Amino acid sequence: MKVLAASLAATALIGTTALAEPTPADWDSILSAAEGQTVYWNAWGGSTVTNDFIAWAGDQVAERYGVTVEHVKLSDTADAVSRVLAEKTAGQDDQGAIDLIWINGANFASMKENGLLFGPWASDLPNWAYVNPVENPAVVGDFTVPTDGLESPWAMAQVVYYYDTARLPSPPTTPAAFAEFAAANPGRFTFPQPPDFLGTTYLKQTLYDLLDDPSVLQKPVADVDYPAVSQVLWDYLDDLTPNLWRAGRAYPQNGPRQIQLMADGEIDVAISFNPNIASNAIENGELPDTVRTFVTDNGTIGNASFVAIPYNATAKEGAMVLANFLLSPEAQARAQNPAVLGYGTVLSMDALSPEDRALFDAIDLGVATLTPAELGTTLAEPHPSWATALAEDWVKRYGVTQ
Amino acid sequence: MLRLFPAITVIVLLLPVLAGLIGTVAPGFGYFPAVGGTSLSVQPFRDLFDWAGFRPALSLSLRTGLIATAASLIITMVLLAGWHGTRAFRWVERVLSPLLSAPHAAAAFGIAFLIAPSGWIVRALSPWATGWERPPDLLIVQDPGGWAMIAGLVAKEVPFLMLMSLAALPQTAPEHSLRITAALGYGRVAGWFKAIFPRLYARIRLPVYAVLAYSLSVVDVAIILGPNTPPPLAVQVVKWMGDPDLSMRLVASAGAVVQLVLVIGVLCLWRLMELAVTYAGLHAIYGGHRMRRDGAVRAAGLGLGAMSAGMVILGLAGLAVWSVAGFWSFPNALPDAISSRSWMRFGPDLLHPLNHTFVIAGAATGIALILTIACLEAEHRHALTPASRSLWILYLPLLVPQVAFLPGLQAITLLLGGGTHLGMVVLGHLVFVLPYVFLSLAGPWRQWDARFDTVGAALGVTPNARFWRVRMPMMVAPVLTALAVGLAVSVGQYLPTLLIGGGRIQTITTEAVALASGGDRRVIGVAGLVQTGAAMVGFAAALLLPRMLWRNRRGMRG
Repeated sequence: MKVLAASLAATALIGTTALAEPTPADWDSILSAAEGQTVYWNAWGGSTVTNDFIAWAGDQVAERYGVTVEHVKLSDTADAVSRVLAEKTAGQDDQGAIDLIWINGANFASMKENGLLFGPWASDLPNWAYVNPVENPAVVGDFTVPTDGLESPWAMAQVVYYYDTARLPSPPTTPAAFAEFAAANPGRFTFPQPPDFLGTTYLKQTLYDLLDDPSVLQKPVADVDYPAVSQVLWDYLDDLTPNLWRAGRAYPQNGPRQIQLMADGEIDVAISFNPNIASNAIENGELPDTVRTFVTDNGTIGNASFVAIPYNATAKEGAMVLANFLLSPEAQARAQNPAVLGYGTVLSMDALSPEDRALFDAIDLGVATLTPAELGTTLAEPHPSWATALAEDWVKRYGVTQ
Repeated sequence: MLRLFPAITVIVLLLPVLAGLIGTVAPGFGYFPAVGGTSLSVQPFRDLFDWAGFRPALSLSLRTGLIATAASLIITMVLLAGWHGTRAFRWVERVLSPLLSAPHAAAAFGIAFLIAPSGWIVRALSPWATGWERPPDLLIVQDPGGWAMIAGLVAKEVPFLMLMSLAALPQTAPEHSLRITAALGYGRVAGWFKAIFPRLYARIRLPVYAVLAYSLSVVDVAIILGPNTPPPLAVQVVKWMGDPDLSMRLVASAGAVVQLVLVIGVLCLWRLMELAVTYAGLHAIYGGHRMRRDGAVRAAGLGLGAMSAGMVILGLAGLAVWSVAGFWSFPNALPDAISSRSWMRFGPDLLHPLNHTFVIAGAATGIALILTIACLEAEHRHALTPASRSLWILYLPLLVPQVAFLPGLQAITLLLGGGTHLGMVVLGHLVFVLPYVFLSLAGPWRQWDARFDTVGAALGVTPNARFWRVRMPMMVAPVLTALAVGLAVSVGQYLPTLLIGGGRIQTITTEAVALASGGDRRVIGVAGLVQTGAAMVGFAAALLLPRMLWRNRRGMRG
């Protein structure tokens, strides 16, 4: 322990060599510094369509700006957070292994709180001009935590449910209807196991649907009567859990696992954070073409995905060039195309030129994707403390079944 | 010069493990400056014990670890006792290498698909025999009892114990003893267990301990086949390490310490069980029962062995079918459509990291081979007798749970300014590759007939020339086998690559695990097959090269 402490102290001294920090406002200097850099983009690698999109974006910035992009495929975004933390522990304050992270929610809140991020830089990007935070507050508020320019948005996501019309003609659209469906068809519904982010999202979404006044969810848990507010959810889940897949004694470990369960006919309805999930899976032969999506009656939670740069990143300029490219109308229109990715755009249509707007108008929605009008009201993400508290409580109540 | 190599080898093995342990244990007691923990406290342990899943997770680890190890050992021994030296046994030897080289994760995925309610077995029987038009809601994979996980572990550990037993067997001269027990009227199995097993077990004790330690702290197989409500302790530790709330790292470290204590405790418990078995065994030997009707036991041994091998082979076959499947609905036993789409989409992604994989595996195995041969040659030339201690040092990296020292090792490599160099990852792999290379080569090396050396010396040839011109050519087959084992071990490493490489060093295994996290069986099929193929390259070389090199020397083909 002493050895470790001593060497930690020693490297803390060595590690403070100051490299000139980039100035995001001077975009030309950023562009010239970025040329020739390699950006290690740490992004979850479990979705093949996203991987393909990242590869495309990498090719584009290599061609246009001479920035090479290496996609570091993570099985969990927290691995990247761990890495930056380990580097900080070791006093490695520059030349870090990670240049850009696909991030949001609790991982962002945690990195921001621990001073692990570079910035502010997001609002200095030239393409920030196409973003309108007044019209879409989600681009500057990550699960209600202000982004303060430490991360740049690149995609919008919204909760949808998908179901197989061949087995389930009319899906349940309220918590009560879900409970009824599960009671009549035990074992045909499940959700990813919290604290998986989609599983936790299911808890938040259901709480939203159950509460008469969901505005309390915008406040930190500490400021409200949490036990009283959340009780309605636990009462509901107490009834629902025995009727879940495997009687709630096992859960899929993440969202995409549900696709396989749906394809095998193990479950009839599942939650997702990608409105385009069904069209995409049908296209790839992962789901039968009878699968469709829907949203619950009171509207569903929506949020933005961001990219952030660690405080000790090696290629900060290259990372900003990539982030800026992701905000371009061209990249955003491609991401929104269901044949490619199907993520919502973070850009404001009113800020775009007519030619750029035409890119978005030309997109053909997939067979199972809802139109923006059908997706309906987007509910704001609750404060991140809700995700933590609900996931922790869920684990306590249902996470140990023996 | 040569005399120094045993010491260098010890340092290469011990230093990373010990340094890593310190780096992991410190946060367990609250020392973690990066999140503001600078004072010592036992709070992380309190938080750990407060976790509702703590006791179930601990007892799950304990139960699955003990049962998997005992079952693997029993199946291996019954198979050996009943069939060693027979024609059927040659088949066992033939499937050994492919079974060994199949990475744990790929094998586990294959088994999961085989036994799941929507898996291949149920599909083959539905709906004509079962009447199921849809998969039944049965908890088979990820069952709270951990039986699926135990099956997955046994399927991979039986081949390992079999290999270790076959390597140690010649030293026990089994034919001789068995001829005597047979003459005295003992049944085959009884004769084996009473005369051979005690001597054999003494020689494979450390491999058994390694299996026990591995089964107690396995992560990848447990995530795929094991329960999650709660998971075994090691899995939960890895989950905490990845929690967005950074203070959970302290609890994770406390968990890693408990995991270490658990492994040490269970090893002690196993030692006590050994004594009990010895006592009971002696009693049985004195009893003198001949037990000549052992047909049922032999059949059971063969059946269980075939089952555990069959699970892996059929599982991999299932992955192969999935890798070319279009949509594949239940209960069809074969895909509704066949397509090369998955290979076209994910194949290129996987080919890229193959470079890194082979550079790292080649370097780590090369260094391990040089260290091993230098140690063994030093032993030979300077007539050193290896202390039994040294074998324990060799096994240390296999006995200490990975989660208990890798996170610390990551912090230490950063402290040393190692950054993310390939070299550090090679050193990280070396810790795991070296023991296997050494174990695989030491036996054949020490059994080499020293009279060849004496003849060479009498002819006036220098020690170095004798080494290069006499010994090495004769050792080509075992050296290639050690190389194959080393490559397979390195290819399969996940946590060391991820943690020390900082994600920048991508191998086929890190890529496969990341792609597989989405759960799409087509991706898993492609990734698992490429991974298995990469691990098998060495074994294929070990099989073919001696035949090509020594096509005129039948006795040298190994």
